[in-house]
Amino acid sequence: MLTISTTHRPATDLGYLLHKHPDRVQEFPQSFGTATVLYPEAGEERCTAALLLEVDPVRLARRLGRSTPDFSLAQYVNDRSYAASSLLGVALAGVFSTARSGVCKARPDLVEQTLPLEIAIPVLPCRGGPEIARRLFEPLGWSVVAEPIALDEGFPEWGDARYVQLVLTGQVRLADALTQLHVLLPVLDESKHYWQGPDEVDKLLRSGGDWLAGHPDRTLITRRYLGRRGGLTRVALARLAELDDRDAAVDEATDAPAEEEVRPSEERRLPLNAQRHEAVLRVLAELGARSVIDLGCGPGQLLGRLLKVPGIDRVAGCDVSTRALQQAVRRLQVDRMTERQADRLELFQGALTYEDPRFGGYDAAVLMEVVEHVDAPRLDALERVVFGAARPGAVVVTTPNREYNVLYEGLRGRRHPDHRFEWDRPEFAAWCERVAATYGYDVERRGVGESDETHGTPTQLAVFTRKEATDA
Amino acid sequence: MPELSIPAMGLVVLVGVSGSGKSTFARAHFRPTEVVSSDFCRGLVADDENDQAATPDAFDVLHYIVGTRLRRGLLTVVDATNVQQAARASLVRLAKSHDVMVDAIVLDVPEALAVECNESRPDRTFGKHVVTRQHRDLKRSLGRLRKEGFRRVHVLRGTEEVAATTIVRERSWNDRRDVSGPFDLIGDVHGCASELRTLLGDLGWQLSYDATGAATGATHPEGRQALFVGDLVDRGPDTPGVLRLVMGMVAAGTALCVSGNHEAKLVRALKGADVKVTHGLAESLEQLAREPDEFRARALSFMDGLVSHYVLDDGRLVVAHAGLKEAYHGRASGRVRAFALYGDTTGETDEYGLPVRYPWATEYRGDAMVVYGHTPVPASVWVNNTICLDTGVVFGGALTALRYPERELVSVPAEQQWYEPVRPLAPAAGDREPSVLAIDDVAGTRWIESPHAGKVKVPEENAAAALEVMSRFAVDPRWLVYLPPTMSPVATSREEGFLEHPAQAFDEYAGWGVTHVVCEEKHMGSRAIAVLACDPAVAARRFGIGDGSSGVVHTRTGRPFFADAAVADELVARLREAAAPLFASLDTDWLALDCELLPWSAKALELIKDQYAAVGAAAREVLPAAADVLARAAARGLEVAALAERVQRRQVNAAAFRDAYASYCRPADGLDGVTVAPFQVLAAEGRALAHTEPHTWHLDRLAALEGDLITPTRHRVVDLSSPADREAATRWWLDLTAAGGEGMVVKPAHLVDSRVQPGLKVRGREYLRIIYGPDYTDSLDLLRQRHLGKKRQLALREHGLGLDALTAFVGNEPLWKVHQAVFAVLALESEPVDPRL
Repeated sequence: MLTISTTHRPATDLGYLLHKHPDRVQEFPQSFGTATVLYPEAGEERCTAALLLEVDPVRLARRLGRSTPDFSLAQYVNDRSYAASSLLGVALAGVFSTARSGVCKARPDLVEQTLPLEIAIPVLPCRGGPEIARRLFEPLGWSVVAEPIALDEGFPEWGDARYVQLVLTGQVRLADALTQLHVLLPVLDESKHYWQGPDEVDKLLRSGGDWLAGHPDRTLITRRYLGRRGGLTRVALARLAELDDRDAAVDEATDAPAEEEVRPSEERRLPLNAQRHEAVLRVLAELGARSVIDLGCGPGQLLGRLLKVPGIDRVAGCDVSTRALQQAVRRLQVDRMTERQADRLELFQGALTYEDPRFGGYDAAVLMEVVEHVDAPRLDALERVVFGAARPGAVVVTTPNREYNVLYEGLRGRRHPDHRFEWDRPEFAAWCERVAATYGYDVERRGVGESDETHGTPTQLAVFTRKEATDA
Repeated sequence: MPELSIPAMGLVVLVGVSGSGKSTFARAHFRPTEVVSSDFCRGLVADDENDQAATPDAFDVLHYIVGTRLRRGLLTVVDATNVQQAARASLVRLAKSHDVMVDAIVLDVPEALAVECNESRPDRTFGKHVVTRQHRDLKRSLGRLRKEGFRRVHVLRGTEEVAATTIVRERSWNDRRDVSGPFDLIGDVHGCASELRTLLGDLGWQLSYDATGAATGATHPEGRQALFVGDLVDRGPDTPGVLRLVMGMVAAGTALCVSGNHEAKLVRALKGADVKVTHGLAESLEQLAREPDEFRARALSFMDGLVSHYVLDDGRLVVAHAGLKEAYHGRASGRVRAFALYGDTTGETDEYGLPVRYPWATEYRGDAMVVYGHTPVPASVWVNNTICLDTGVVFGGALTALRYPERELVSVPAEQQWYEPVRPLAPAAGDREPSVLAIDDVAGTRWIESPHAGKVKVPEENAAAALEVMSRFAVDPRWLVYLPPTMSPVATSREEGFLEHPAQAFDEYAGWGVTHVVCEEKHMGSRAIAVLACDPAVAARRFGIGDGSSGVVHTRTGRPFFADAAVADELVARLREAAAPLFASLDTDWLALDCELLPWSAKALELIKDQYAAVGAAAREVLPAAADVLARAAARGLEVAALAERVQRRQVNAAAFRDAYASYCRPADGLDGVTVAPFQVLAAEGRALAHTEPHTWHLDRLAALEGDLITPTRHRVVDLSSPADREAATRWWLDLTAAGGEGMVVKPAHLVDSRVQPGLKVRGREYLRIIYGPDYTDSLDLLRQRHLGKKRQLALREHGLGLDALTAFVGNEPLWKVHQAVFAVLALESEPVDPRL
């Protein structure tokens, strides 16, 4: 629900502008329920229009069920019936379409005028909290009051819900106010936009018009409005997460590639990631590797670099995440490769705790920021699969140096939510020595990134070379 | 009538000119599917059986079909002229590459007859000269045919002989599928005659002796048969004594023996070949020199006649001295023999100068048990349904026997160290080594032959999702002996105000022939599987877990319950303590329990906050605001009564929704406030209890568990023929759910057919608000159109797969078999079904 009030004189002009008569209760059927427009007050001094949305969750689910292969419970138990979600944005755009386009035959002069408006939304889904609401609405000339809402009064320790109670007051053109709400409701709403089609970009541009182009947070708005999309596997994963009483979004967050590691400053993050690639490529060049497999390739950044290196005839990438592999296929533009290019590359799903003949037969294997994502008690399986069974000529391992973490301001805990451990230098050294001794490799350790006198480098790197390979 | 014998499994190459009657001959003696003809393949690739230009492609196809059949172990007959040496050579190579025998049958008919035959067929348009040329080729071939690698060449001369011949399919030497034991398999003896006699005595054999007091035979009162894995000879003190006894047993039919590498070398030495007299050969030669010539001759002939491996008991048991990979079972070739005698050697030698052997057993995935010796190990351990029985008796270890099918090991220690080992005994790779799982055990689209669920298909995309969850989040697969199946709700109720009701559960089970059911309180927490070993030593021995942990409690997708290892360990310890009466009464050192961990909020707090409390909060805030707007509108005289009434009702529903989830939330910190409600004893040592015991048994046993940690599972048994029982149970359910309970699970009280649903859940009216939404009670008619078919099919399959995993683990089957079933459950769980069911 939302209400729009004005203290313009006569306030009842609001009815003309909205094309809805203040003395009538009007219902507008929506595909997912019913929208009702009515006026709880309609005086000379103040007039308020209310838009009430009754969502029929059963109808909503049925309608979506056909178009989206989503079988998660969230589809049936959700806040759509209560919160001012993107559904309200859709209803608002439809019900007030004439007003939004700035047409008013009865009071043409009013259309271009700014009016004293107050917009109240009792429950606004607001990803990012009151702060985001202010960031988005204040640059548009609104004064913003955003009050957090407690999750459950019976469990005060649970804290606030993801909603705010929002009141916007300002001197704004009504048509602008409506389009702003139309665009920004879905932006603030964190839920998925099931109904997103390819024409969504056009819609945003049409609707956003001038104010969006000048908005300081336009990138954020665009990105959030368009949302994210995923393939079928993600849906299956979400289902497994749900079985486990987990929120699929949490697993998804831990699924983020290494480049999205929690890093305190933008400047530091990019170079380290790039430096790691450089360091690994340098090692591979020193080794003279002609075939390389990236174990845990993620979305394929390193693979892209490897494919450009002359002298490397065979490049393989494997990851356990099918989503990461899909991203790699897109990033590397596998579909557009020539036959010869495609022959050099192999991409497949594999898990490093299962023996896999496809891991074998490479001059070098890269385990870049991978081992720390494996539970420590399961590392022995990875060691046997990689060093014992696949036995590449060389293995390049990189992993964070825990000692360096103190230099990251504001970093609490580990660098990435999915890291199962982070080693300090002696721990990494001990692991390297043990693995090398067990599987017949020589090992040499190096640092990657800017070195600190006390804490070392942010990333540790080790090069394992198979013993008989160096003899030969 | 001429009789001709061919290998029962192998390749038969027909040789004869066009028109010599090969196809007619093949039709008369073989099944149509056993015969692959070049004409047929030419037709496949060219739409014309006589298009000679298509011949190279046609033979590619022919070789592919023949190769595939041979790989699958099927007798195959090639119907082509094969008059040219090159054509035959490629077929002989193909047979050898699949390690099968190949025979040739030559149809040598007069040229004129063949020409006449071709002329009578309108599709054979080639001229007479073609047959003449083929005939010339054939005549030239006949002389050297026997040197081309065929086991036998059968030449049938003239049409009469061709017509009169009958064919006998001859079993190969190694095929003893007809012998099914029971067996006592005995490891490498190496001349330790005294230990052998002791072992046979321990196994219950009765030895017989000759006049000199030497043991010359043995029989078992239960008719058991002995199976020697070879290496009877060399190194030890009394090789002749061992040979005399075993030869006697084999001659009497009470034993079978395969050749070891030491027999093979001793045979060559005795035949006068120039062999290095090392590795204990000197002892044998010296001991045999003291025996009479007659004995030496008999021993030589015995050892020379030993087969390198046997396939026994309908293919369920394979014995070879150094083991045998699955592709070689029942095959015959030089390399099969080499594998059986020497193992999977790479040609490299280790620092002791001994050959490096490839650990073929860790990759073995066959159904047949493979028993072997050859490499001395400190103790016999199972590796993927294979076992090495050489426990180095001659080096001062022990002589070991395996009782089959009982899978019991019996051994006697060496009386002394008879021979100095070159290298120390190395333990064999165990069955439960961390990396014995291979990607091919789980990935891709798989068809699983499930003993308890029939044929189950696991689609590739489900396996991919399961692989991700399994490898990123699950506990060590060696702990993962079970994942719980999904459970179907009861058939939809038509009762006013209810979507689910006990009446349907009772009716459904009665309809399936169940007489009594157990109604179990359904705890609203998180499903938890507890696998508890007595101590770390048991964990290491039984599960192969050597990190000092002694148990695990995992979720229904195999994740550890608590990220904090200290909390997880404490839960295991406390649960083990509470389960002490079970350990005692079941006489076991490990247990697997199916439980619910309470409260729900202990694990699901984030989900509750995010998904349920958020909805409650939004409703709580917006509905009064909407009611206020409507009240003001009504005060203005607007007609909003119906809408206001709806808002009012939704407010009531939302409050009920909030109370429904809140009743499953209790503050819990670490283990404080956490309880566990076990409701089934899945398995214990030697017993897959989930499969063998009815639910009443489980609940009775679990009633013995006490302590703060344990929440009992309230339940009652219902006689389905008693209306009073049904009514009382229904009242019980209504009370339970009215008090905030989730509902109940109805299960058969006695063991039932595998097609009967293992359980049906009947969920309470208020609980269902958190599944179907706060206002679901207003849309019951719509919601009643739900389809349970797929859910129930999955429930049956997953239940069966879960039992597969448990029985495999209990039966000491290899880890990959247990894991395959567990993995399949997880994969099926990612199938899209209505999550509200």
